[in-house]
Amino acid sequence: MRSAVVVFPGSNCDRDLMVALELVTGVKPVALWHAEPQVPDGLDLIALPGGFSHGDYLRSGAIAARAPVMRGVAAHAARGGLVLGICNGFQVLTEAGLLPGALMRNAGLDFVCRDVTLEVVAADTAFTRALRAGETITVPVAHHDGNFQADAETLDRLEQQGQVAFRYAGPVNGSARDIAGILNAQRNVLGMMPHPERCVEPAHGNQDGRRLFEGLLSVLA
Amino acid sequence: MKARVTVSLKPGVLDPQGRAIAHALEGLGFAGVADVRVGKLIELDVADGTSQAEVEEMARKLLANTVIENFRVDLA
Repeated sequence: MRSAVVVFPGSNCDRDLMVALELVTGVKPVALWHAEPQVPDGLDLIALPGGFSHGDYLRSGAIAARAPVMRGVAAHAARGGLVLGICNGFQVLTEAGLLPGALMRNAGLDFVCRDVTLEVVAADTAFTRALRAGETITVPVAHHDGNFQADAETLDRLEQQGQVAFRYAGPVNGSARDIAGILNAQRNVLGMMPHPERCVEPAHGNQDGRRLFEGLLSVLA
Repeated sequence: MKARVTVSLKPGVLDPQGRAIAHALEGLGFAGVADVRVGKLIELDVADGTSQAEVEEMARKLLANTVIENFRVDLA
């Protein structure tokens, strides 16, 4: 599997994500700087990491979403290539219009940093095929702006078309319908607030995140 | 010349910051504040002759997220 991790000024989970991808796939991902006007050919997966791109100025992910590299990411997605956005990467994908809705300030105004229980809603996707629909997994979150909001019509459509990938099992940040991760209509773009790259090896205390990357590998190997 | 872009949350979008401010005002003894909504004022120094439509394009493309926000442009 050939993967790339985009690096924006202020990304801080890019290295963890590269380590997790290399651990599972055995191949070192390419690092893609935000100013790159083109992405390399032949990539299977482009991942957008967590962090505070451009200091979260204006809105989280807003400035990164307009970076030159995002044209290549959008073209990759339009060709059916896989795109995974984690935390700030999810915020960037909504700001870029590759996923619907918006991620707003947590309803409690607190920065939430802890393990959360997630319900796997959609298991029949490239990202979640190693998981079972309805099972619960534990993955850490660390965010201030994770409160997913969209109009009622969009939320209904996401639910009816199987685009909700993960839900929080309990209240975390005020997200509409407890949504923790969503897919685009073609199901090749996934955005999620929790950090699967932070639970991939025994020293992390939990390896539920590893299963997501292993599922991806089984599709693309 | 100056252009002012006022960005505000759409009606119906929950504003936790506004709510916290309303609470704080209440704590200071200001009665009768039914609701608080927080927005942004963005002031641009633009070339003379810049049109309303050009600044609106800037707002649509970057300054506001029209999924959750409305904006107003004032040229002065």
